[in-house]
Amino acid sequence: MLDEALAHPQGAPLVIEAPVKHWEALSGSGSHGQAFLPPTRGTVYGTLLNHRDALAALGDQVNSAPYKAPPRAPILYIKPRNTVVGHRVPVGVPGDAPELEIGATLGIVIGRTASNVAEDQALDFVAGYTVVNDISVPHASVYRPSLRFKCHDGFCPIGPAIVARRLVPNADALDIVVAIDGETVQRSSTAGLIRPIARLIADVTEFMTLFPGDVLTVGVASGAPRARAGQTVTITIQNVGRLENTLVARAGDGA
Amino acid sequence: MKRARVAYGGAIHDATHHLAGVQLADGRVLPEDAVVWLPPFEVGTVIALGLNYADHVKELAKELTVSAKDEPLAFLKSPGAVIGHRGQTRRPADVKFMHYECELAVVIGRSAKNVKAEDAMQFVAGYSVANDYAIRDYLENYYRPNLRVKNRDTCTVLGPWLVDASDVPNAHDLALRTLVNGVVTQQGNTRDMISDIQTLIAYLSSFMTLGAGDVILTGTPDGVVNVNVGDEVVTEIDGIGRLSNTIVGDAEFGR
Repeated sequence: MLDEALAHPQGAPLVIEAPVKHWEALSGSGSHGQAFLPPTRGTVYGTLLNHRDALAALGDQVNSAPYKAPPRAPILYIKPRNTVVGHRVPVGVPGDAPELEIGATLGIVIGRTASNVAEDQALDFVAGYTVVNDISVPHASVYRPSLRFKCHDGFCPIGPAIVARRLVPNADALDIVVAIDGETVQRSSTAGLIRPIARLIADVTEFMTLFPGDVLTVGVASGAPRARAGQTVTITIQNVGRLENTLVARAGDGA
Repeated sequence: MKRARVAYGGAIHDATHHLAGVQLADGRVLPEDAVVWLPPFEVGTVIALGLNYADHVKELAKELTVSAKDEPLAFLKSPGAVIGHRGQTRRPADVKFMHYECELAVVIGRSAKNVKAEDAMQFVAGYSVANDYAIRDYLENYYRPNLRVKNRDTCTVLGPWLVDASDVPNAHDLALRTLVNGVVTQQGNTRDMISDIQTLIAYLSSFMTLGAGDVILTGTPDGVVNVNVGDEVVTEIDGIGRLSNTIVGDAEFGR
């Protein structure tokens, strides 16, 4: 049940805590709905190959060049602030990338400063959860990808809201559904994680403090769908929310 | 002008260079060691360059499987990793090779998107000195350089000053060096960058909007050596500043 959340419609002076039914009404619905600001201004960290099937998709490649060994520590990257947009904000498609990869994932939103936390206490540091669309220009190698693939403006829609942790008791077993123009194109779950949420937080904060408002994604499942300009991408995570963004051709883009 | 941010007397202050040390905005003049030095500006996105000096590329040649020939090898760091002048950086007890990297930090002053190289210097607010530590024991071949190597708490040192761009007639002719316990271990000159500042700003802004407070760490020349607990590491760039840092062990962090 999703009955309480933090949301931030564009133009609203403050973050509001309100029943979801209320802010859905506030923001209208469908393509005419109001765009939201991202629900946090913290740093967004992406996690890669944390789904068993995503790592399995690399198969034996992990043992050959350039990887040479299976991953040991969490594989992380940063989605910089220029990428972060809210629910219903249009996302520009670069001129040189006809299709973008849609990385549907659960975002863990940190509630208090987390440094070197133990796994059995890690969830105490979580404020709540949100939906993240970690968009990429499709690229085969995860050895040393160019920033161009993940860091275009708007490549990290987040929201619509942060749903309080106590309202998501089963965060390690949530269904994630991606739809493009209303048609379901991917189903996955947070149940397939190599590092479930508490373990991921423990392993990350061993070397890197997470601050209130920071977002750590749990990683994208294998078989990420692709979408083109003109299509609307909707990511629904059970108990957490439905994040919708339309891809648009970027006018005058020299890239 | 050389600007700093310091903590003193129970508050955080904007400050400027003074012959006796530092002058707070409220007029107080203090010696360098009387204040706590913060990063000299509010740090936004931190973009770091790998392999941007030809001699450093040669130094690392044995482990390289990519080159910077086609596009600059850039990666991101988060603001949370950054500390100021005279800070402490933690060396975990179990590592064999932790090294400094002296780098010219280019600070963006205003929003920059699709900037041409010939206009790029207009978007630079100023310069600072960075010491971008790496712990090579943790290097893995997924999303290199992985955050466990390059985004560790306390391992990005920045300061002491933000020097106005107008006070730096030629940022591409600055001698830089590192001293470990007073002995010069690394020397170079910013004229030897493979991708110069204009090229980097044009490249990055071709896909991502740079904002005020974003900072580009422009890479390091050869001469990186291991540092140990107790070492004082000074990274210095002529005309920009002398950035001091001390390596401490796990005990200071309760580990």
